[in-house]
Amino acid sequence: MYRKGDMVSTRDAYGAALLELGRRRKEIVVFEADLSKPMRTDKFAREFPERFFNVGVAEQNEMAAAAGAATCGKIAFVSTYAVFASMRACEQIRTFVAYPRLNVKICASHGGLTPASDGVTHQATEDLGIVRTIPYMTVVMPADAVTTRLAVHQAAELSGPVYVRLTRDAVPVLYEDGADFRIGKAIVLQKGKDVTLIGLGDMVCKALRAAEELAREGICAGVIDMHTIKPIDQEAILEAARDTGALVTVEDHQICGGLGSAVAEVLVEGAPVPMERIGLRNLFAESGGYEELLAKYHMDVPAIVAAAKRAIERRNRLEQQVRNSPCPNASR
Amino acid sequence: MRCELLKMIHHARSGHPGGSLSAADIVTALYWHVMRLRPEEPNWPDRDRFILSKGHCCPALYAALGMKGYFDRKHLLTLREIGSILQGHPDSRKTPGVDATTGSLGNGLSLGVGMALMGKLDRKDYRVYVMLGCGELDEGMVWEAAMCANKYKLDNLCAIVDYNRLQIDGTADEVMPLDPLDKKWESFGWNVLRMDGHDMSQILGAFAKAGATQGTSTVIIADTVKGKGVSFMQNVCDWHGKAPTDEELAMAIGELEKETL
Repeated sequence: MYRKGDMVSTRDAYGAALLELGRRRKEIVVFEADLSKPMRTDKFAREFPERFFNVGVAEQNEMAAAAGAATCGKIAFVSTYAVFASMRACEQIRTFVAYPRLNVKICASHGGLTPASDGVTHQATEDLGIVRTIPYMTVVMPADAVTTRLAVHQAAELSGPVYVRLTRDAVPVLYEDGADFRIGKAIVLQKGKDVTLIGLGDMVCKALRAAEELAREGICAGVIDMHTIKPIDQEAILEAARDTGALVTVEDHQICGGLGSAVAEVLVEGAPVPMERIGLRNLFAESGGYEELLAKYHMDVPAIVAAAKRAIERRNRLEQQVRNSPCPNASR
Repeated sequence: MRCELLKMIHHARSGHPGGSLSAADIVTALYWHVMRLRPEEPNWPDRDRFILSKGHCCPALYAALGMKGYFDRKHLLTLREIGSILQGHPDSRKTPGVDATTGSLGNGLSLGVGMALMGKLDRKDYRVYVMLGCGELDEGMVWEAAMCANKYKLDNLCAIVDYNRLQIDGTADEVMPLDPLDKKWESFGWNVLRMDGHDMSQILGAFAKAGATQGTSTVIIADTVKGKGVSFMQNVCDWHGKAPTDEELAMAIGELEKETL
């Protein structure tokens, strides 16, 4: 369906997957808030007009109406941009979708800085933190088109609310069609020895490129696609900590609340090791080209490479301190 | 029902008697005369749905559900207690017969729109009733839902506005004027009916008319009295959200029992 290396946006893959699902299951209904073209749900709308509801520019009503539909045995997909889904309709997600654990699948595009030149109003850089704190939510951001298709199909099978974060821009297809993708189970793209880069969504391909750079400098970096940040794959994180002793999280989001926080929570309880976080550091970005923004806000490949080196350096210093510390029993 | 709900609020030592009393007659009409229900099968797919958008008035809903046999009436006096099936605001997962979780104002009509849309999609003939407080009409989301119901011609959807004209901070006119309320709904494409929300024959007549209306959603603006039936609670803002003392409960029940004799 998708060829490895092709450039496809995850929202395109969402629209196509939704159409497949619609053909397979008649309980699939879709709620849209005047964004069917950019969300790529227009194909579903054309083929299944009776199961497609465009409620206009009204995301709160969209979310709660989907909740109402879900009480009638439907699997309700809610499409909109991440910034609106997570904030304009935040209370509807929390109180009317998550609290009654309804089968509402929130598919939110334009996650992170991808709305780039549209500026801060459209950039979703807090959404993961917001939805991750809500009980019963499953939170997923697939890295490419192949895994987006699988994520959408699996979200429909899961009982309860799911938040699937998508992006605007085309990203390379990273996986073969039969990829072993399961919500909640991280994918280890390559094992490392010196450091592990844990990426989310479209940043996974940046992490892979950073690992290539590091390899050229003789540093062996592992790369993990942590597509599900809730429930997060603790095993994969702890194993990476044991194997490499230094981690870098790479996400297009504020450094608090999202992937970085989720990984840090696992580390402090299970295997504290030096960790660096790539993401926005308590500030709003601005209008600009996507790659320009990533560079300016230290989220591009060179920034990831530098963060990896810092993590390694910190780990080495710690190890040295342990080795050089005097024996507490020396005076006896 | 009024005695039941006052006893519940008194026992819980917190709750909302004023709005529960203003809604009591309409809730009674729905559960005893209007809605198609199977208390022994709360999730029956063909049942009519009731959404108490003004969720804080759930003592009235709980009393109705308990009296109809959705659960053992002994639960009524566990309202708001830890471990109870009766939460401070309705929880559809905990209470048999509660069709929608509500409590944060302004959301119920949208939930009803979703249910009514699915009724149309599945070619089912159930009806969806949403009870709104007048204060919650200040929420913009109510009007998003109103537009949406009109777009999809949801004649299986009926909203009831419990127009008791009192909010926490004062009268609706002081807090946020709503009149002309009928014109507002009309301009959103709704069939608008008006009734005295405490006159059973008017209530039943309005629901019959709403049920016979085709092609548009119906809103019934119910003129009601907050605290209805208890002289010292009637039209007193302070009775929005406090429980009666032992003496007040005894007085209230005395008055209500005298009225029913």
